[in-house]
Amino acid sequence: MTNTYSSGSAATDVPMVLADCVSKSFGTNQVLKSISLEVKRGEVMCLVGPSGSGKSTFLRCINHLEVLSAGRLSVDGRLIGYREAHGKLYEMAPKEAAKQRRDIGMVFQRFNLFPHMTALENVMEAPLQVKGEPKAKVRQRALDLLDRVGLADRADYYPAHLSGGQQQRVAIARALAMEPKLMLFDEPTSALDPELVGEVLDVMKELAKSGMTMIVVTHEMGFAREVADSLVFMDGGVVVESGDPREVLSNPQHQRTQAFLSKVL
Amino acid sequence: MTSADINRSAAGSSLPPNGVGESVPIKAIRLRHPWRIVFAVLLLLAVAVFVIDAAQRPAYDWPSVGKYLFDRRISEAAFVTLQLTVLSMIIAILLGVALAIMRLSPNPVVASIAWFYLWIFRGTPVYVQLVFWGLIAVIYQTIDIGVPFTEPWLSVPTNVALSAFWISVIGLSLNEAAYMAEIVRAGLLSVDPGQEEAAKALGMSWMQTMRRVIVPQAMRVIIPPTGNEVISMLKTTSLVTAVPFSFDLYNRSRDISAETFNPVPMLIVASIWYLFFTSILMVGQYFLEKRFARGVGERRPTGKGDGGGTLTGTAPGVSGTERPTVIFPQRSGNGGGSMT
Repeated sequence: MTNTYSSGSAATDVPMVLADCVSKSFGTNQVLKSISLEVKRGEVMCLVGPSGSGKSTFLRCINHLEVLSAGRLSVDGRLIGYREAHGKLYEMAPKEAAKQRRDIGMVFQRFNLFPHMTALENVMEAPLQVKGEPKAKVRQRALDLLDRVGLADRADYYPAHLSGGQQQRVAIARALAMEPKLMLFDEPTSALDPELVGEVLDVMKELAKSGMTMIVVTHEMGFAREVADSLVFMDGGVVVESGDPREVLSNPQHQRTQAFLSKVL
Repeated sequence: MTSADINRSAAGSSLPPNGVGESVPIKAIRLRHPWRIVFAVLLLLAVAVFVIDAAQRPAYDWPSVGKYLFDRRISEAAFVTLQLTVLSMIIAILLGVALAIMRLSPNPVVASIAWFYLWIFRGTPVYVQLVFWGLIAVIYQTIDIGVPFTEPWLSVPTNVALSAFWISVIGLSLNEAAYMAEIVRAGLLSVDPGQEEAAKALGMSWMQTMRRVIVPQAMRVIIPPTGNEVISMLKTTSLVTAVPFSFDLYNRSRDISAETFNPVPMLIVASIWYLFFTSILMVGQYFLEKRFARGVGERRPTGKGDGGGTLTGTAPGVSGTERPTVIFPQRSGNGGGSMT
């Protein structure tokens, strides 16, 4: 292997995410089959495909919620889950893995807000506990973030008193509070009532405009067409087709892509 | 108003949508429940007969109850019972948490040892265990500190190191820990796995995830059965006679009645003290449950108590308001949801 993976970050030509022949099996079931792709700094990539195609698993591999079976994956030039020294790979201790995750925000399909904390406390939790930042500063940033997702007036509400769309926007603010360099979205609108999807997508569009690097697993083709810089179509654990979203969506080359798009568009 | 009016509003077919027409209140004769009153009166009569009879029955010896209720020996024994309960529960909860985490450990040896502990301590009667602990000074004459199978650095006779009180605490808490472990484990498992994932994704360590995210949510499930365990423990302390230890509430009142040859009033005295303590514990449990119900089951965001009891039957004062005789039909399909 070349040493691109272990070399330090900062260099702007290093891609934000680099997957090299990534495979993942659950028992005998191979969910990802040698996925290779690259996400540049500031790029918004949409991962689409039928359920069971491995797109969520791939996303979860990026912040080490799942451990790879084979291949290499690096974020900002640093190998995920392993340290490379003297030509050998060393598995990371949970503490080191936790440290890597700080810089990678994740938004879940089912929000996963902490129900015993208010919206504000949810957003403040990680910066306070993980980074140990001063409370006043964190509080101000959290309020700003809630304002940014349009929920300044809901800061003291518990998640149970918020609609699904509001909860998901709080979840986005919570992930942003750690000031990540990469945001992962795992079907962020799939658990929402149709009329609430728009408000979440609007927040994501605004985030994309601000230059955030984002990987979005989604079924919202409109969002992909409008916002994404690249689109990857996955099926059966492999990348079937990828490229400019407008091109892939309007003129899919692969038969499997055509079949899928004809159903969802 | 006529019956035709009622029909009209009920059927609604002739009305324009969204209830533009006047919504007519229902006026109906209230359904009577005469048997409820009959049963209530019968039960009250039975209770009254029992109470009047008990007040006059000499065997209860109420003057003696009054005399011994605040007897110095009894109140001291009540304090000992309270100490036994609190100390045993604290140790049991700490040990129970450790055992629960051990059972969930990925290390099979650790998990098996926890399972084995539960098997032994849940599978044998607490009375038998207490007798065993009482014999510990016979089985292990000395407590040695040092490297095993070499000359100990420190050797203390067991009956000097452990008083009957502490042997009782050990016996009660080790037994209780097995039950607490299962309660804690159930609580930890009741938390949505997505919570752990979200905490992990934010970069929180295992300890932070447990302390800040998992445990506070598990508490909602853990507290009600733990309240039961505390109350149960308070009563189980009466078994320490097996150790033998006899300065607790029950055994002390038995000793007194052995002198007075009048057991019934002493049993009543002990029962009153037990009831007093359990009542206080139930109030404490109510407030603990409320504390950990944050974000769940409340209607208003500020968390101002709306008196809505939580999980168990400790909620006070259900306001039994009059049932409405007149019911107003709801306005224009507004479900009263708080979502905006």
